[in-house]
This record gives sequence, C-alpha cells and structure tokens, in this order.
Amino acid sequence: MLQRMDRVDRQYILPEGELTDAGRNIWNEFSKEKKQAFYRWMVQVRSFDRRLVTLQRQGRSGTYAPMEGQEAAQVGCALALSKEDWIFPSYRELGIFMVAGMPLKQIILYWMGRVEGNVAPDGVRVLPPYVPIATQMPQAMGAAWAAKLKGERSVSVACFGDGATSEGDFHESLNFAGVFQLPVIFFCQNNHYAISVPFTRQSAVPTVAERASSYQIRGIRVDGNDVLAVYSAMEEAVVQARQGGGATLIEAVTYRLGNHTTADDATRYRDQLEEKEWISYRDPVVRLEMLLKSEGLLTEAEIQDWEEHCRDVVEQAVKEAESAAGLPPEHMFDHVYEELPSDLRRQREELSGKGKKHA
Amino acid sequence: MPEKTLIQGINDGLRTALTEDPSTLVLGEDVGKNGGVFRATEGLWEMFGDHRVIDTPLAEAGIVGAAIGMAINGLRPVAEIQFMGFIYPAFEQIVTHAARLRTRTQGQYPASLVIRAPYGGGIRAPELHSDSTESLFVHTPGLKVVVPSTPYDAKGLLLAAIQDPDPVIYLEPMKIYRSFRQDVPKGWFEVPIGKARKVQTGEDVTLITWGSMVSMAEKAAQTALDQGISCEVLDLRSLYPLDEEMIITSVKKTGRAVIIHEAPKTAGLGAELAARIHELAFLWMESPVERVTGYDVPVPMFALEDDFRPSLQRIDRAIHRVMTF
Ligand SMILES: Cc1ncc(C[n+]2csc(CCOP(=O)(O)OP(=O)(O)O)c2C)c(N)n1
Repeated sequence: MLQRMDRVDRQYILPEGELTDAGRNIWNEFSKEKKQAFYRWMVQVRSFDRRLVTLQRQGRSGTYAPMEGQEAAQVGCALALSKEDWIFPSYRELGIFMVAGMPLKQIILYWMGRVEGNVAPDGVRVLPPYVPIATQMPQAMGAAWAAKLKGERSVSVACFGDGATSEGDFHESLNFAGVFQLPVIFFCQNNHYAISVPFTRQSAVPTVAERASSYQIRGIRVDGNDVLAVYSAMEEAVVQARQGGGATLIEAVTYRLGNHTTADDATRYRDQLEEKEWISYRDPVVRLEMLLKSEGLLTEAEIQDWEEHCRDVVEQAVKEAESAAGLPPEHMFDHVYEELPSDLRRQREELSGKGKKHA
Repeated sequence: MPEKTLIQGINDGLRTALTEDPSTLVLGEDVGKNGGVFRATEGLWEMFGDHRVIDTPLAEAGIVGAAIGMAINGLRPVAEIQFMGFIYPAFEQIVTHAARLRTRTQGQYPASLVIRAPYGGGIRAPELHSDSTESLFVHTPGLKVVVPSTPYDAKGLLLAAIQDPDPVIYLEPMKIYRSFRQDVPKGWFEVPIGKARKVQTGEDVTLITWGSMVSMAEKAAQTALDQGISCEVLDLRSLYPLDEEMIITSVKKTGRAVIIHEAPKTAGLGAELAARIHELAFLWMESPVERVTGYDVPVPMFALEDDFRPSLQRIDRAIHRVMTF
C-alpha cells in the first residue's frame, strides 16, 4: 500500500504535517484566511459526515455512504471551482456538496429518502448524486461540450470512484473529451475499494491517471489526503480547461476510513493493518492541523471552538430537516412530465383519495 | 430438512450447482470475498475458489457479455447484477445477444446462462435501487424470466434456471430475502419454469401476483374472506413463459381477476395478463380484470415508496369492484 502511495506525481503536505519544497512555494502564496478555510471546511465536513452515520444508526435516516478519510480530496476539489462551474457528483460526495453550497438540510433530506434533498438552490450548479456508477461522466462531458459550443468559460467536473473506471461510460467520456478537446475534469477519488473489490481487481493498469494518455488528455496522480496537492492539481486543470486546453483526469489517492455504506462491513474484506495505517498515519485532517499549528495559525482552543461550532451548525440542520413538513404522497406525480397526461391525472386523484377509487 | 430464508435458498441453490456441475460458475461485483452485498453468495468463494466464484471489475456489460461468451464455450455461468436498477449497462448484451443467440445461430449456440438480480422496493433502499422492470425482459423474445417468492422455490427455480437451455433472468424480491423460513430439501431439485403456484384455493376472485406482492395478496385474501369473499391466489413464479393453463383454469372458475404488481401499470405484465384472460376466457368473465400496480411514475425515493407500492387497501377496493361490477 505504501509503495503504491509513493508513486503519486504530487504531494505537498507530507503525512507528518510538513511541506515539501514545492509545496511551500504554493502554500506561501496563500492568505491566512485561505489556509484556514481548507481546514475549517474539512473539519466541518467530517463532523457532518459522522452525524449522518449516527442518524442512520438511530433509525432517523436511511442507508448512508460515509466519506470520512476523503475530506482533503473533496474539499480540495470543490474549492478550486467557481460558481459558474458544473459538478456531477457520485453519492459519496458530502464534501463536494457542502463546499459547492448545497444546504445541509437538503443533504440530510436526501438521505432521509426525500426527493426535495436533490434540489440545489439557484446558482448552485451541482446535480443530484449519481447512483448508477460512472453515469455522471458522459453528462459532465456533455455539459462541458455545451459550454465550449456556447463560448462560456465554465468547466464541468465529474466526481467518481476507482470502481467507476471499469465502466464503459468512463472510457467513452474520456475519449470524447480527448477528441473534442472539452473543458471537463474527471476527478477520481481512488479510495482503493469498490465496495469489497480492491483496485487491483478493477484494473491491470496500476494507476487511474495513466489511463489519460490513451485518450490524449492530461492525467495527474496526487496524494488525495493532501488538500494542497489536490487543490493545486484542480486549479491547473481548471485553468487549462478555461483556456481551451481540454480535459484532465485527476486521480486523488485516498482511503475511505469507514464502511462502504452503513449497510456494509468493511472488516469482511479489508486488512485491519491497512486500515490502521491510513487512520494513524495518513489522516488528511490531522496532517493539515499539524501544519497550521506549526505555522502558528491554529491553537488548541481554536480547534475546540471550531469543532463545537460545526456541531452546532450540524445540529441546527438536523433539526430543520427533521421538522420539514413531508411531501404528500401525490407529490410523486408532480414532476414526472411538464403537463400530466390524463391517465396519470386519474392515478393521482385515486392516490389523493379524491378520485373515484379507481385508476 | 433445514429451514432456510429465501436468500439462503438461493445460496443453497448456487452451492448445490457449483458442487454438482463443474461447468457452473458465479461471477459479479462483490460476489467473492464479500459474499455478495446481500450475502447471497456467502461462503461460496471460500469453498469453490477464485476461478468459480469470481469478483469482477465493476462493469455490467462486461459481466453479462462474458457470461454469454462462457456459455458459448460450454460453461454454465450464473451472473449477478447487484441491483436490477444497475442492469441497464448490460441491456444490449441481454436483449440483443443473450435473447437471440439461439435464433441467430439457428440453435448452434443456445446461450444457457442465468442472470440474477435483486429487485423491487419496500426496504428503504437508497435512490434508484428499487425498480421493478421485469416487463422489459418479459417483452424480449428469447428470454425466460422467473421470480421466487418462497425459500423452496428460490432454490428449485434457481437450479431449474441453471439447468435450462435458454437464458433465464432470475429476479429476487429483496424485500422478502429474510422475511420467513421454510423447509428446503438438501441436494438437487427443480421447480419447473413455466409453472405457477396455487397459494390458496378460492371460488370468487383470482388474485394473480408474484414476488413480494404474494404475501400482500394472501393478506388481502384473508380480509376478503372475513367479508365472505373467497379468493384464489396464484403466485406466477414464472413471468415468462406464463402458466396459461393455471391462470385460465382459475379465472374460468372464479370469473374475476385482480392482478397485483409493484411495477408501473402501463405496459406492465398485468396488461399482458389481462389481454390473455380477455382472449382465452372472455365468456367466463363476470367483470373486467382489475390491476393494482405501482403508479406510472419513477419509483419515488423511500419516503414515499409505501404510497407507491400497492397497498392492502387498494387491493381490497379492487376486489370489491370486481365483486360488485
Ligand atoms: C452501474 C452500477 N453498478 C453497481 C452498483 C452498485 N455499487 C454501488 S457503489 C459500488 C462500488 C463503487 O465503487 P467506486 O466507484 O470505487 O466508488 P466508492 O463507492 O468507493 O466511492 C457498487 C458496485 C451501482 N451503484 N451502479
């Protein structure tokens, strides 16, 4: 595992919380606020992710796909984007959703099985989670294509896991992106497992990033637990895309610290030592915390305060979601068509009890 | 005889086939070390090894296409699609190839393979995990489609499917994977494809259903009985080919039929059943056939899924409508 990890193209914050020389050059350009923003987002994301797991455990929401361990990858990715950019996420993308501006209440509603949770506020260009694996990729490519055809400067990002690279959709999307030089970023979080299946069983090619060369697009493999490496790779990819330079495939090497979902038991297929190594030595939040502390930008008291603040924000969102009035059953008809055909109107009336009990 | 749940019946069926027929193998996502996300293949990888219980890359077209190729070259693959909602990448392989290889090669290559997939709703699963699109496959000539609703049938139908010379889509109602136990014989036995199961005999109305709706139909029949209406309940088990004989004999006797399915109404299997009854038993009918189905909307996320699925109340009303027509 360590050896595979060592083969990244880019690592700026080492697991010990120290900057590499290249990393220092970039880091020093950032304002204090920006440095703190990385940290604050990552802590907030983690806090919320843990809360969603407990909500499921308490029977207050449905199956949830936790992302703990992937905070740097997601926060680093989303912070490099602007409001006009499009995001096509998977289901394990809490950090992406949060940074992009999806209200926490909506996110909770989604996991409570409520369709309202899919709706992003105006101006937040995040699509609902793509549950069937890799299906977001051709669409992200298409949205980028539209931007290019319309002469807009927005880029599109598809977020997906390592397992998704086995689907045809992955290859078709990269191919189109290469052929048409599209402003799309394929952001793969390689967390080493697709449920129980290790990456070695997905691909004989040892990395995701090197797939890019087959399609004549750029590929970068970064330490996905290093927020600076992820952010800078994303930033470059965004600039390249906006300037007409075409697509990039970014592989952020990371690890999901928890189970695939709350219905999964990772101890069945993962080695405890491997888990322990990622928890103890490679945690993305801990490493940033050490860096900020060593730079005098973060104190124990500030950590406590921020964590408490995050818990409050999350609790408030849970309250809002749980007290949000449920939609009536007949709502299921509301957005199926622009105009409801007559047979569906009849079915709707039956359901609402207004019809003649016949549909 | 050991008591087993439906999913244990499936597991037992796979184990029996792998033990007795060296050409059988299982392939799919997470079927090996993890034993399947629902544990349908639990223990098989340990017992039969990596070459017969195969964790594949995450690619449904690849899984089903590979299974067809293996069948062409003499193996008997059982492919697992993790949820029916994720079968669509393999649609081309199933509809264009598995279904018509026999026809296209004039019997030279029959494509004897099984594709298993959990299906249906009712378990508060995440979005897009609860589809019942069985009629897409029933509508495709060349495929057989079966759905067990008991542990005994789960094993017997699976072994029949594995033994069958044609491609069989084997759909597993995940809501009842573990809902009750039943004696399931050891060793090889088959429940013939194309034969329905008469769940209970009755005189006034025939309730026709399959999968997780069978227990609903039984409950509805009980409620009806309390009101003096006697229902015959048929569990189709085989959605294609249909057990026309049992269906038609039953409706000729009762003169009334209520078809219950989770799938949406329009062009669902209920439409085909109603048409067959019309064609073959018109003069015996006392009332039009009724359908109680999912609504014609995308399966809602789970907060509303119970409102989408046929309810006892809706079945009850349909029974009263056919009785009072
Ligand atoms: C087309 C499709 N096939 C199967 C599944 C079931 N499934 C859900 S998640 C998953 C593994 C995905 O792994 P990966 O792409 O690495 O992403 P991760 O879950 O690790 O974030 C599978 C097989 C699915 N959702 N969609």
